[in-house]
Amino acid sequence: MVAAPGAASLRVMAVKQIVILGGGTGGTMTANRLRRRLDAGEAAIHVVDRDDRHVYQPGLLLVPFGLADARRITRPRRRQLRRGIRFHESEVAWVDLDARTVALADGARLRYDALVVATGARLQPEETDGLTGPGWNERTFTFYTPEGATALAGALRRFDRGRLVVNLVDMPIKCPVAPLEFAFLADWYLRRRGVRRDVEIAYVTPLDGAFTQPVASAALASLLTAKEIELVTEFNAGEVDGAGGVLTSFDGRTVDFDLLVTVPLHGGAAYVARSPRLGDALGFVPTKRDTLQTLADPSVFALGDAADVPTSKAGSVTHFEAEVLADNVVRHLAGATLDPAYDGHANCFVETGFRKALLIDFNYATEPLPGRFPTAVGPLSLLHESYLNHLGKLALQWAYWHVLLPGHDLPLVGARMPTAGKKEVTAR
Amino acid sequence: MTVATVETDAEGFLVDPRQWTPELAEEIARENGVPELTPAHWLVVNFMRERFLETGTAPTIRSLGKESGVSVRELYQLFPKGPAKLAAKIAGIPKPHGCM
Repeated sequence: MVAAPGAASLRVMAVKQIVILGGGTGGTMTANRLRRRLDAGEAAIHVVDRDDRHVYQPGLLLVPFGLADARRITRPRRRQLRRGIRFHESEVAWVDLDARTVALADGARLRYDALVVATGARLQPEETDGLTGPGWNERTFTFYTPEGATALAGALRRFDRGRLVVNLVDMPIKCPVAPLEFAFLADWYLRRRGVRRDVEIAYVTPLDGAFTQPVASAALASLLTAKEIELVTEFNAGEVDGAGGVLTSFDGRTVDFDLLVTVPLHGGAAYVARSPRLGDALGFVPTKRDTLQTLADPSVFALGDAADVPTSKAGSVTHFEAEVLADNVVRHLAGATLDPAYDGHANCFVETGFRKALLIDFNYATEPLPGRFPTAVGPLSLLHESYLNHLGKLALQWAYWHVLLPGHDLPLVGARMPTAGKKEVTAR
Repeated sequence: MTVATVETDAEGFLVDPRQWTPELAEEIARENGVPELTPAHWLVVNFMRERFLETGTAPTIRSLGKESGVSVRELYQLFPKGPAKLAAKIAGIPKPHGCM
C-alpha cells in the first residue's frame, strides 16, 4: 500500500458537495476549517440547523447564579460561519445513506459527497416518569437550556431554606462535570447569601462515585465533603414527584427535595432515528474513535455530542475532533487514506466556587491525573483548585467566539493530549 | 469450570470472557443474590454477551431497556441494585465503564 501523502498537498478534484448537519460547536468549527482548506472550485459547503441561535453552552452553568445572562451567551449561527458557506435554516427530515442525500423538513434535498453529523445531543426529560409533570420549572429545573437556566435563577434567588438536590439521571450527558460544578457553585452562592446553614445540598448520581474516572472521582469527592455536600451514589432515578418533592430510584430508594436541579436523559437528534442504519438505540452515531468516520458509511463523519466515541461530550473534545475530522474529510474527498489521529483528548475546567477552578486533561488511554498542564501563558495546575484555572475558564468564552469557532488552534493545546507534566498516580 | 478456577478481578468480573460457560453464569448469579436464572434473565444475559462480543463494549442500562425488549423497571426486578453491572458479571464480560 502506498503511504498517504501529507494532507496539505492533497487536491480535491471537481466541485464536491459537503453537507454539515448542525451549526453548533462541531458543525461551525468543521465548516470554517474546511472553507479555509478548500476553495469554491473544490467544494460547496452547506450547514443545516433548525434555528439561528448559537448558545455558548458552558455559559449556561453561570446563569442560575446571576453570573451570566442567557441572552448574552447567544449569537446568530450564520454569523459564526465564514464567507462562502451556505446556511440552511430547517429541521432535518432524514438522511438517505444509499442515495447520499439529506432531506430537509422544508422540502429541499441536499446531495452530498461527504456528510458531517454534528447535531449534538437532545434533552429527553419526558423519558423520566413525572419529571415534566407538576412542579416542572417551579420546583424541578434543568440548567441545560437557556429557558431552564433562567427560570432556575429566579427560584434560587428566593431559596433560603430546605433541601437542594442535584441529580443526573443517567449517562451519557453533555459536560459530565457540569452537575458537580453546579453543586460547588450552589454552595458558594448560598454561603454568599448567608443562608447556607439553612440549606442541605445533596449530589445524587447513578455512578459509583463523584465522577467516572477513579483519580478525579476521589479528588472531586473530597471537594464535595469539604463543602458539606452529601454524596448519594448508584442512584438510578426512575420517577420524579415534583409536587411532593420526592425522587425515587428504580430499586425503590427515595431522596426528598425542596428544589431539584436535574440533568435529564440525553439522546441524539430526532432525525437520526428516522435515518436507516445511521444511529444506535439512543440516537447517537456509531463512529470510529480515531478517524471519526461513521461505521454506517465511509462518506459520513460524526463529531461532538452526536458521536458515540468513548470520551466526554464536551466542547473541548469537539474542538480537538474538528481538527482531525476536517482533515479526514479532505482526505476522503481526495481518495486518500484517513489519518487515525484522534486520541480522545478532553480538557475541562471545573468551576469550584470562590473564584477557583480545577483543570482536568485526559484521553482514551489516560485518566485525568494531577500535575501541570503546559499553556502559552505558563503551566496550569491539574486536578487542583486555583484562581488561574478560574481565569482560564472565564477566558474561554472570548476564545470560543473569536478563536475556536473560526477554526483556529489554541497555542500549545492540540488534538493530542500532552503527557509532559502529568503525575502517575492510582486511586486509593 | 467453576468460579474458583477462573480468573476474576477484585469485584468478581471475569478477566477472560472466553472462560464463560452457562453453568458458570448460574453459579455467579447464585453468589450475587439471584437464586435462579429464568428465561427473562437469560434473554438479558445473552443479549449483553452478544453485544459485547460484537462491539467490544457492554450496553448501558438504557440501551438494554430499548433494545432487549425488557424495560428498565423489569431489569431492576431481574437484577436488583445494578442491572448493567450484575448482568455483565453473570454474562462473563468486563464491568461496564460509565461514559466519561
